[in-house]
Amino acid sequence: MATLLDPIIGLRIDGRRPNELRKIQCEVGVFAQADGSAIVSQGNTKVVATVYGPHENRGGRSKSLHDKAVINCQYSVATFSGTERKNKPHGDWKTVEMTSHLKQTFEAVILTEKFPKSQIDIYVEVLQSDGSNYCACVNAATLAIIDAGIPIKDYVCACSVSLIRDTPLIDINHLEESSGSPHFTLALLPNYDQIVLLESASRMHVDYLDKMMESAMVGCKDIYAVLNKYIKSRVGTISKNFSNLI
Amino acid sequence: MIDKIFMKKTRRGNVLKIVREHYLRDDISCGSQLCSNMACLTSNQTNHSKTSINFKSGLVLESSPKSPSSIFTDPHYLIPDTNIILHQMDVIEDSIFKNIIICYTVLQEVKQKSISSYQRLTQLINTPDRKVFCFVNEYHRDVFIAKLDGESPNDRNDRAIREVCKYYSQHLSDIKVILLSDDANNLKLAREQGLLAASCREYVESLSRPELIDRIAAKEEKRSTEEIDEKQLTDTTRKNKHIIFPEHLKLSDIQAGLKSGKLFQGTYQSSRENYLEANVFLYDNEKYPQIFLQGYRNLNRAVHDDVVAVELLPESEWATPTSLVLEEGAEDVGDYVNEKEEDEQIINKPDVKKLPSGRVVGIIKRNWRPYCGMLQVSDLPDATRHMFMPAEKRIPKIRIETRQSEKLKNQRIVVSIDCWPRDSRYPLGHFVRLLGPVGDKDTENQVLLLEHDVPNYPFPQSVLDCLPTLPWIIPEEEKTKRLDLTKFDICSVDPPGCTDIDDALHCIVLPNGNYQCGVHIADVSHFIRPGTAIDDEAKRRSTTVYLVDQRIDMVPALLSSNLCSLRDDGPRYAFSVLWEIQPDDAKIVKTECHKSIILSKASLTYAQAQMKIDDKTANDELTQGLRRLNKVAKILKAERIKNGALTLASNEIRFNLDSETHDPIDVVTKELKETNSMVEEFMLLANITVAKKIYEIFPQCACLRRHPSPPISNFDPLIKAAESKNIKIEVDTGKKLADSLETAVDRDNLFFNTMLRMLTTRCMMQALYFCSGLFPESEFEHYGLAAPIYTHFTSPIRRYADIIVHRLLAAAIHADTTYPELLDKQALQQTCNNMNYRHKMAQYAGRASVDLHTQLFFRNRQVDEEAYVLAVKKNALQVLIPRYGLEGTLYFNDFPFVYDELEPSQTANNVKLKLFDKLIVKISIDSQNVQHQKMRLHLVSPKIEGFSVEPEKMKSNGDQEINQLNILRKASWKNPNLYEVLGVSKTATAKEIKVAYYQKCKEFHPDTNKNNNKSHDKFINIQKAYDTLSDNNTRRDYDLSLQGYSAGTGNRYTRSNPADVYQTYHNNPNQTYYHYGNREGMNYSEFEKFMRARQAFYAQYNSQNKNTNPDDNNFSSPLKVMIYLIIGIGLFEAFTVSWIYDRDMNYLHDNNYRYSPNNRQALIDFRNQVNQADMSELEDKIRDKKEMEEKAK
Repeated sequence: MATLLDPIIGLRIDGRRPNELRKIQCEVGVFAQADGSAIVSQGNTKVVATVYGPHENRGGRSKSLHDKAVINCQYSVATFSGTERKNKPHGDWKTVEMTSHLKQTFEAVILTEKFPKSQIDIYVEVLQSDGSNYCACVNAATLAIIDAGIPIKDYVCACSVSLIRDTPLIDINHLEESSGSPHFTLALLPNYDQIVLLESASRMHVDYLDKMMESAMVGCKDIYAVLNKYIKSRVGTISKNFSNLI
Repeated sequence: MIDKIFMKKTRRGNVLKIVREHYLRDDISCGSQLCSNMACLTSNQTNHSKTSINFKSGLVLESSPKSPSSIFTDPHYLIPDTNIILHQMDVIEDSIFKNIIICYTVLQEVKQKSISSYQRLTQLINTPDRKVFCFVNEYHRDVFIAKLDGESPNDRNDRAIREVCKYYSQHLSDIKVILLSDDANNLKLAREQGLLAASCREYVESLSRPELIDRIAAKEEKRSTEEIDEKQLTDTTRKNKHIIFPEHLKLSDIQAGLKSGKLFQGTYQSSRENYLEANVFLYDNEKYPQIFLQGYRNLNRAVHDDVVAVELLPESEWATPTSLVLEEGAEDVGDYVNEKEEDEQIINKPDVKKLPSGRVVGIIKRNWRPYCGMLQVSDLPDATRHMFMPAEKRIPKIRIETRQSEKLKNQRIVVSIDCWPRDSRYPLGHFVRLLGPVGDKDTENQVLLLEHDVPNYPFPQSVLDCLPTLPWIIPEEEKTKRLDLTKFDICSVDPPGCTDIDDALHCIVLPNGNYQCGVHIADVSHFIRPGTAIDDEAKRRSTTVYLVDQRIDMVPALLSSNLCSLRDDGPRYAFSVLWEIQPDDAKIVKTECHKSIILSKASLTYAQAQMKIDDKTANDELTQGLRRLNKVAKILKAERIKNGALTLASNEIRFNLDSETHDPIDVVTKELKETNSMVEEFMLLANITVAKKIYEIFPQCACLRRHPSPPISNFDPLIKAAESKNIKIEVDTGKKLADSLETAVDRDNLFFNTMLRMLTTRCMMQALYFCSGLFPESEFEHYGLAAPIYTHFTSPIRRYADIIVHRLLAAAIHADTTYPELLDKQALQQTCNNMNYRHKMAQYAGRASVDLHTQLFFRNRQVDEEAYVLAVKKNALQVLIPRYGLEGTLYFNDFPFVYDELEPSQTANNVKLKLFDKLIVKISIDSQNVQHQKMRLHLVSPKIEGFSVEPEKMKSNGDQEINQLNILRKASWKNPNLYEVLGVSKTATAKEIKVAYYQKCKEFHPDTNKNNNKSHDKFINIQKAYDTLSDNNTRRDYDLSLQGYSAGTGNRYTRSNPADVYQTYHNNPNQTYYHYGNREGMNYSEFEKFMRARQAFYAQYNSQNKNTNPDDNNFSSPLKVMIYLIIGIGLFEAFTVSWIYDRDMNYLHDNNYRYSPNNRQALIDFRNQVNQADMSELEDKIRDKKEMEEKAK
């Protein structure tokens, strides 16, 4: 993968600059049955998230916590999401890991203490996969939670970052992800500058970490800007509709 | 955030569908200063402010470029097509071409097709003066075009380029853009669209620069890009011309063939000996690691180093190498292939083992580069087509077109190959540049460096800026960080004249009785910090290259010979490895590594160190340390040999050279003396220790060195050769091989064992640097040293690998921090690959330099020499001439020899020539062919009627000059044996010597022998002899020298690092054998005398011969010393049997130091002068001595 970042023109293989996100499209309230739902697509990565709850604990009282809500997450990848059809949508180590990451992330932002002895379910499904799946999932779940009206401290925005020729690339696509260069995922509370999750399975030199973190944080804030703009406009339309109703 | 961007999905693949995004931008600049479009301008600002990448999107194109062309007089920009960049780069690189727009499409296409063109193009784009702009059309909203259905990628790209032209002509109304293309179709379509377009030739011809036309690449009638038309075209060409070569397959067919296993991919290596034979080394093929190719049609236009696809021939057509040594004839035989010539080649003998043979069916990747060589001017007076003879034998001759043949005659030039059409016997090429006249030393050196890709430009300012300022003092903070070893008795042991001392040693006894031994290596990595210009430069060079008359440093001289050199004139930074060693069994108890400050107590030579060890009266701490080191080293060495380390290095031949003529006086098997081996053992130990340490701490990214064990089949030639002498060589393990080599001795043939070892080294694989994370641990082994893990740590001044290892070790002991690239496996492997390549090239360059000087040496002389048969070929013998360390080919020139392949032997007139036979050959240089001066050998003995030549008669040859000088020299200058001078035996006591001295003094005293020059010289010699022999120390030194003891050398090569040797001799049939001379018994005071004498002489010499010696200032300093030594030797030759590389001698000779009448006169004058001065001194001395004597009585 020699030309992930062309040294002469400084563009990535899909024509973006290193610090540019892919095109983000989002929509909330896509499913009527769920309490909250959202579809987010970042370039060719497309993710749907649904949120149920808060509701009574399923599986009896034993699993409930007396002082806060239990967050139940499930991450799955659709069989048709990749270039080859997958047989098993979830249950492999990767999805299990992703599930626990999601859980960690959202336990940190949802004001769980408001809902003792209850449960919140977050289901995310990757419909189409083209890199940075986890980021898209987090972003979609955030929107879904907002849609469900569950109180949270802040948006959680996640952004992936990779490093090619000493330059951090943000929001990496599948090709960049599989190039073997180091990459990691960062989930951020953009208004607080707090990192809720930083995950990496590759090795990189510690000197690069700051640089990559910085770009990733900028990326997260960019994502936040897009999501926030969308939510604002949606709230705008809802309130307009609402006032019309009244 | 993102500008609104269209999305486009490209698809591809047969089974898989891959979807990729492709963002089209509206913020791409057109790069012209003329442009007033806001989008273009704003994008520039954003580009620069937002990204760290330095991309060339500034407004580079001038607003009103001047047109150099006569057909396009308006100001214009050029837009070259891909084929222009690929094939006409030599033209485009001329500075007349400015304001060029390179489409991104073109850039990508070039990158895909040829990495080297891509690099040149990148360089061009990065040269601000040339105003080359890369226009990113592929991501431009207005210019991007999608591939149409049924459109080939080529057509699509051509269309994209035309689209760019269209865009520019609309976008910039004030300026024209011209499409440059050699693709007829593209030109036609462009013109139809109303665009300005021209072919390269048209454009260049309009430039009023006729010499540029020569650089235009020949155009193939059938171009590789037009595969579709191929069939049709070949039909037409077949009508017109005689087709020589079979068609190459299309790339898609090749891929299909490779997949199905019908074809094989491999690197094409043509044979050095026979231009009609070649081998293809296949990748990952266990059944056929290499396929043999024979004959024009089977070779099918492949050129050395190409990556080719081969097809295996049916077994019935398999061939054997013909054992013919065949060189391409000089004349242009035209475009036909002599059928007979080929038939002669392929004579199949049923009884001989045949090799898997094949034929080239397609070229996967051309690895053409510019070649150095000579023009062979056509016989026709006004011809513009000429043949070009490359310096590298394995490259075919190239046909080029030029109008300046007169100018280029007898000049070294550089030529590129453009194509090799099917109907041409030779590839077509074009002239690139001129280097200089043939035979000129500078030119030839440049050829040599170019051919071996050695960077030899001076260090740029940015590199020099990285050097510390002088005077350099050790700052306090470093003192606290480093271990202070200045109290220790540390000394360095090196060859004399060595200026870059990178290692020093010490050994003390610890309170518990164990020894503490330490190896201290120059801390180069302290001065060369990662990421600096000096680091980049050192990495690029990777190694210091040693040529005969030049040393091309890896780091600037300030570091290599001063700050990093562990001299005894002040404290230095070092990297120390300290062992606690049990004195009895050399078992290592504890190992430590430290950054340290050391103060070397003495810079010794091998001889001095040896003297100290042997001198029973000396008992200072330094000497005792040396003795202890020596003791430990012996145990270590025994251990190593027990483990099966090969001692190929220690059994080289060494030449004792006469100081005057470069005649080797004596040839002995080189014996490494204790001090050499002592230093070597500790260096090996340090390397192994460090290798273990860095591998332990950095298992993924340690830079190590491995020497793979050769496959058993590699030894076949060795076993076969030994069998002819009824000696069995076992090769199963390194140990067995070492043992059987040890026992393989032929009493009648001194060189038999040496030659066997030479053959063995050729069976070896090459030792390589590698990154530990990318190879399994089982492959780390170093075969030659029998070490499971090895690296290079001890010579950071001249090898970059050692610098990396230093950094790793520093990080491992927390003395330094790591940096990203150090821990990047891939990057490290890339660096390793470069180091391996540079290393190999440095070796080849050094060897080629020796060859060059050997040729120069023999240019005006013919010599009869002993030679030994190294290989028996069908029409020639390959012989080793030990005296000069030369290898040559003795051609039979159609003389009816009978070849017995099994034995192998050649017989004619009842004389049988077998392997390892001793012959006498006459060496001369065939200077009739100026193109390629070749060394010619003729057989002298054994005598074969009609074939062998008369022995050289000393006085009847043309070299009277030399002979006269020889006589002169024999009479007065030279007296090799001091004992003979005094007429005493070697065992004579001091008293006997004294007596003999007085007698001889009387006999030859100038007062009693007036008008006799000879006696005058003799008298001086006697004095010198007595000076040497009367002193116990100097006498022992001299005795050692008589025994062939090596006092060390001023040259790197003799510091034998066993690991280097494998590389040196690896698989190279053309290899030259290094010769080691010997300079003996020179101690420092003598050396100083000497230097004074040569200074005096030199001043005089310079004033007399200002013009004769232009090269003098180019000497690297040790060499200079050597040269001076030789000049000064006139004074001291009686007791200094100076020895020196015979290549250095060649150099001298070549500079006419000795033999030109001018110089000789100068020398003789000088000698007389000095002698007179000396004489009075001597007389005083003698008088004093006599007086003393009398008083004593």
